[in-house]
Amino acid sequence: MHNAPKHLVFILAPLVVVFALLPGVYQNHLLLFNFVIFLILAQGVNIIYGFTGYLPFGYVGFFGAGAYGFAIMVMHLHTPAPLAVLVGGGVAVLLGLLLTPLLRLSGAYFAIANLAASLAVLHFVANPALEGITKGPYGVSLTGTFNPTHAYYAAVVVMALTVGAVVYLKNSPFGLALQAVREDAVSASMAGVNIIKMRVIAWLASALVAGLAGGIYAWYVSVFYPDNVFSGEFSIFAIVFALFGGVATITGPIVGVLILYGIYNLIGFTTPQYFQLIYGLLIMGLVLFLPAGLVSLATRRGWHVP
Amino acid sequence: MSPEKSPILEVSKLVKRFGGFHALDGLSFHVVPGEILGLVGPNGSGKTTAINVISGLYAPDGGEVVFDGASSGGVASHKLVHRGINRTFQVPKPFLSLTVRENIQVALAYGGATDAPSIAELLEKYRLKEVADRPAADLNSAQQKMLDLTRALATRPRLLLLDELAAGLNPAELDWIAGRIKALAATGMAIIVVEHLMGFIEQITDRVIVLNAGKEIFEGTLATAVREPQVIEVFLGGEHAH
Ligand SMILES: Nc1ncnc2c1ncn2[C@@H]1O[C@H](COP(=O)(O)OP(=O)(O)O)[C@@H](O)[C@H]1O
Ligand SMILES: [Mg+2]
Repeated sequence: MHNAPKHLVFILAPLVVVFALLPGVYQNHLLLFNFVIFLILAQGVNIIYGFTGYLPFGYVGFFGAGAYGFAIMVMHLHTPAPLAVLVGGGVAVLLGLLLTPLLRLSGAYFAIANLAASLAVLHFVANPALEGITKGPYGVSLTGTFNPTHAYYAAVVVMALTVGAVVYLKNSPFGLALQAVREDAVSASMAGVNIIKMRVIAWLASALVAGLAGGIYAWYVSVFYPDNVFSGEFSIFAIVFALFGGVATITGPIVGVLILYGIYNLIGFTTPQYFQLIYGLLIMGLVLFLPAGLVSLATRRGWHVP
Repeated sequence: MSPEKSPILEVSKLVKRFGGFHALDGLSFHVVPGEILGLVGPNGSGKTTAINVISGLYAPDGGEVVFDGASSGGVASHKLVHRGINRTFQVPKPFLSLTVRENIQVALAYGGATDAPSIAELLEKYRLKEVADRPAADLNSAQQKMLDLTRALATRPRLLLLDELAAGLNPAELDWIAGRIKALAATGMAIIVVEHLMGFIEQITDRVIVLNAGKEIFEGTLATAVREPQVIEVFLGGEHAH
């Protein structure tokens, strides 16, 4: 319970330093940016799935909501980008509040309802009738805020905050209580835990994280269509990366993103023709042989993985 | 049990329905601080349902539950825990992937008890010290029952509901846990014990309520209960009773 300083120094700090320095030595900034975005999203999935057990198949809904929250502020109110990112996070939290009734569902029902909700938000945003506000299906083109360097560092900041939040969950009675709710909600309530409140807090926290990431993504790319920022690939990738590394840990989702997204880009560049095959086999192998993620290789040996 | 003590729990004309079926059908009883009350009856007579309603898992469909002078029927479980009610489960329900220590920590952090016992004391008293840092999933069923009990005790309940805690324990363990339960009652805790083992009930209770089909059919000492024809009939089944 009292390892938080250790986790901040040995996990969070190196991660932030590495991603803050990499743009100076590595040319492909877009790739670095995508890594950071997926680190945020995988940890966001970790918060809601790892700690409370809700699998958010429609997680991208928050990301897209954040991107459009950003875009609308910039297009219509000429809000400075950092402030618009915060509004993006706020919009995602509002969407999360709207969707809290979904938390009554469990297992596959929640996952499917969440997926449906994200599609509903996509079609709402892409509706030509809303062209005046969202530009509908014609996409957004933001001028004036374009600044990939600032957007990149904003992403590193949000990544640091997100990993910091997971360090907190891993080292606090609050995080323990969330896991208790995940394990057995009835027993958790008999431990004095307000299970509804806990679930809502975790849900909104994961929404906020994705919303901020979406806002920063919009800032970075500046031009995008609804299908880009509501692409199901964001949800699937974030979930697969988090699961691959191992959820309810700090390091699992980080390891998952670095390895899987690394391999993804590697085979995508070198042998694109085998890409889907190799990637598919890797994920199948994981689910079959390491359902608790890569970190379980260590925990099975009795090692403690933060 | 001193008769001048006022009840900490008063249940009156309690009704709980599942569909059209009356699991509790006008149940009334009370417990006073420091008393160990036995709740016995055949399978399906409503014992667990009574505990579920008193601990806030189900809202009653009729009647009243008053805990410590305030109505408590339909109040959320975690609030009742903070008011001083806790329970164990017939099938223990620990947080399986958390360690034994973490299981207890959750209840210590969220149970709202100001004078909660220490983890070390609970682990020691309920024979969980050796397994303190193992996941609860590794425990045998007797150990899981003890963990369930320590999770409850960490919230410092004034009313403790034990649902078949002793089932599956060996005779030595039974004797030991009987001593523990009596020691808890001696601190002023009111305890309701649901159990099928009559010897165990005899050993620890002051008074028993016999339930059948969601109704009380007897109230008094166990020694008197076993001589009641109506009690004998529900326990042996109508066709055998004469
Ligand atoms: N959640 C439930 N849904 C439907 N029926 C239930 C439920 N809980 C209990 N019952 C029914 O209520 C009756 C009493 O059950 P219970 O209180 O568990 O009995 P006991 O603990 O005395 O064996 C049984 O017939 C049982 O099938
Ligand atoms: Mg029962």
